[in-house]
Amino acid sequence: MIFELIVSGLILFGAAFVLLGSLGLAKLPSFFMRLHGPTKASTLGVGSILLASAVYFSSRGGLSVHEILILIFLFITAPVSALLMARAGMHRDLGGENPAHEETHKD
Amino acid sequence: MIHVSLGIALILIVIAMGLAAYRLFKGPETVDRVLALDTLSINAIALLVALGIWFETTINFEAALLIAVLGFITTVALSKYLIRGDIVE
Repeated sequence: MIFELIVSGLILFGAAFVLLGSLGLAKLPSFFMRLHGPTKASTLGVGSILLASAVYFSSRGGLSVHEILILIFLFITAPVSALLMARAGMHRDLGGENPAHEETHKD
Repeated sequence: MIHVSLGIALILIVIAMGLAAYRLFKGPETVDRVLALDTLSINAIALLVALGIWFETTINFEAALLIAVLGFITTVALSKYLIRGDIVE
């Protein structure tokens, strides 16, 4: 019973954050704002769903931790790919309407 | 109770994949499309793991691991190509 409650809560929390990250990707106005949605919110959401899967299969007899492998891999690689995409955006000079960006590029 | 919340979660994840696909087709810059592909692979992992709980099988785990590794490598290769115009220097 308590396991069902934990698994349901983790699944709903994770799905809400996955949807929030993709909503930010679709709706925000400039590229560097759009970069924030999926690389942070969606990573938290998918981590929560993986944790729910580990708890669910552990509650049915036998410890099951191989979902933690994907979780660790995602949490290590998400900042690396975000950094590389931000550098690609800087290379393309996609500042958007950011006042500080305009100021540094004035001279 | 788990099946009700899993149904809601599957609908939310499919909506999220639709939003990422919208950005993939519309995206004004190439970097936006790379970001949308990365998001789409993360959403696919979430969908596979949720389906694994739904059908009570652990076979989907290997597919999710493959998608995680290939999504990261694809993102790194495309970003390196956009930065330098070359992948391996």
